[in-house]
Amino acid sequence: MSISSGSAWVNKSASGMARYNLFRRVNWGRLGVIAVPGLWLGIFFFIPFLVVFKISLSESAIAVPPYSAMFEWNLEDAYATFKLNFGNYLYLIEDDFYLDAYISSVKIAAVSTFFTLLVGFPIAYLIARSKPSLRVVLLSLVILPFWTSFLLRVYAWMGFLKKNGIVNEFLLSTGIIDQPLIMLQTDFAVYIGIVYTYLPFMILPLYTALEKMDLTLLEAAEDLGSRPYQSFFLITLPLAIPGVIAGCLLVFIPAVGEFVIPALLGGSDTLMIGRVLWDEFFLNRDWPMASAVAIVMLVVLVLPIMLIRNAQGKEEVHS
Amino acid sequence: MTSSQFSELHTPTMTQTANIPLWKREGAEPFLKIENVTKKFGDFTAVDNISLDIYKNELFCLLGGSGSGKSTLLRIMAGFESATSGRIIIDGMDMAGIQPWNRPVNMMFQSYALFPHLNVADNVAFGLRREGVARSEVNKRVEKMLDMVQLGALGKRKPNQLSGGQRQRVALARSLIKRPKLLLLDEPLGALDKKLREETQFELINIQEELGVTFVVVTHDQEEAMTLATRIGVMNNGVIVQTAEPHVVYEYPNSRFVAEFVGSVNLFEGIIVEDLPDSVRIRSTEAGAELHVNHGISCAPNQVVHMAIRPEKIKISRQKPEQNVNCLHGVIEDIAYMGSLSVFKVRLASGKDVRITQPNFVRDMGARFTWHDSVYLSWDMDSSVVLTS
Repeated sequence: MSISSGSAWVNKSASGMARYNLFRRVNWGRLGVIAVPGLWLGIFFFIPFLVVFKISLSESAIAVPPYSAMFEWNLEDAYATFKLNFGNYLYLIEDDFYLDAYISSVKIAAVSTFFTLLVGFPIAYLIARSKPSLRVVLLSLVILPFWTSFLLRVYAWMGFLKKNGIVNEFLLSTGIIDQPLIMLQTDFAVYIGIVYTYLPFMILPLYTALEKMDLTLLEAAEDLGSRPYQSFFLITLPLAIPGVIAGCLLVFIPAVGEFVIPALLGGSDTLMIGRVLWDEFFLNRDWPMASAVAIVMLVVLVLPIMLIRNAQGKEEVHS
Repeated sequence: MTSSQFSELHTPTMTQTANIPLWKREGAEPFLKIENVTKKFGDFTAVDNISLDIYKNELFCLLGGSGSGKSTLLRIMAGFESATSGRIIIDGMDMAGIQPWNRPVNMMFQSYALFPHLNVADNVAFGLRREGVARSEVNKRVEKMLDMVQLGALGKRKPNQLSGGQRQRVALARSLIKRPKLLLLDEPLGALDKKLREETQFELINIQEELGVTFVVVTHDQEEAMTLATRIGVMNNGVIVQTAEPHVVYEYPNSRFVAEFVGSVNLFEGIIVEDLPDSVRIRSTEAGAELHVNHGISCAPNQVVHMAIRPEKIKISRQKPEQNVNCLHGVIEDIAYMGSLSVFKVRLASGKDVRITQPNFVRDMGARFTWHDSVYLSWDMDSSVVLTS
């Protein structure tokens, strides 16, 4: 009798312990902190994404809103229809125009990312190696352009690059050229615009990577017989790789979908997916097609990059 | 007797030369010559006209507090700083204008400065690869070096996967792989815990003796300097205050600074009343007694001097000892039991506190004395030294 009651007591306490642990495992404070950005992403990214995805599976229609309903029912006639239209996606594959636009976007984004890195690295390096008091000033100079409207700055570039713009006038007056260069409304102007606009997004992660580098590593390398330029390629550059990757992604991803810069600085033959999107939405009023273009861009371009990045992050945590 | 006088006692005779360390041999050529080196940063003089000779196979310790200029001197030797004036000559070669990557010198950094993106083997191989040594030769030497520092199995690990002691050994292996003529070590054991430090000290000495490399070690830890060094250079305010073997620095400090910096010491201020060639008598109101020391000094009569006595050289007793000189009376103010030792703080009638350490050679040694006990302190004439500066 006494034994059985004793064992019952033990069981009860064990299950009570388990419940206690379960309760303890939920860290409410942490959950609360994570919930805020989680909610933000849910409301402003995930739900809109689902809406766009839904629209992409409907048909274009002359109605308000301008697409067919996915689910229709009528109680009087006792019918309900559920319609998914994959035609937009098929059309994307069939028509070379969209493929060309994707490839052209990736090309323009990749080339401008490369040049952004080329321009951004020396700047980030200079800031990271300058005196700490000077760094704050230089960094705020990097961020300073954000204080004026992005659109204004792009228009300013039009003033620089146009046929009778500042650059041409200067080159003509110094006699370097005798015919004005055609720069505006070319891919060149688009590159300039993207490199200029996205430069801070490249500089800041590069700066962070370079700034946290222990400079005695360079002394150690020199001490072991490495000349300064060798030390740069063997030590500084490899250690800056996380910053290079972060900066390139921050420039490349938005540059692929860039609309304003190719619209204002590019020519009519500058084919970018952002412009295709705009045209589908506002000129053709074909919302389902535009949505399909957007979804494909996300799935084909951004998702793989994010997955790679995620895998790298996990690798770093493991090592 | 000052340190120089002390070493004269050991003047080598011709037959003994082989056993005499290089730095005591007449006309021995120093391996590393530091000649009148001064380093100024703006108005601040970090290294002030230092001259120093270090001989082959020495393990020389530069001992000093922070800001004493020891690290600056080391960085000048490595070539990371250039001296404002003066010369550094290594193995007969003037180092002026020679870049760090061309010097026959390697350095082990205080933070180890291991390359975080390279694994252990690549870290160690770094120096050899810069020299363009053939791949098979590199692998062979790296393997041998890793075995020597007992890291043979960890070649593929990244530095952040190693413990502090393992990192220290990787840093040592990396700095030795190029077989430098001179190895500079900046606080080599500073980042290790006490137990590991003691083990590593002996390992370091063994490696140094095995490879026959000349070591210059910078440290602020006097115990580390004592166990490692063949000779110690005690630095203060950019100047080397005393250069001598560890036991000489400890037993015959040449100044109050050295006496107080290396180990702990009791200092009594007093006036010379009798100055004979082999003994001095000092009148000290601080001690409240006449103090005798069994070595002479050359100084003016009535000069104010300090007598230094180490805490472990003082005997403590309840009964008045036989001797009349070097015998003080006081009251125990404080007792600290430290396991192997007990530390007593005894206050003299003059108000001066004296520190005494006694080994606990029987259990409950400390219990023999208690707070406010009236005790006598005494020491032998040859236990203390007179300091004029």
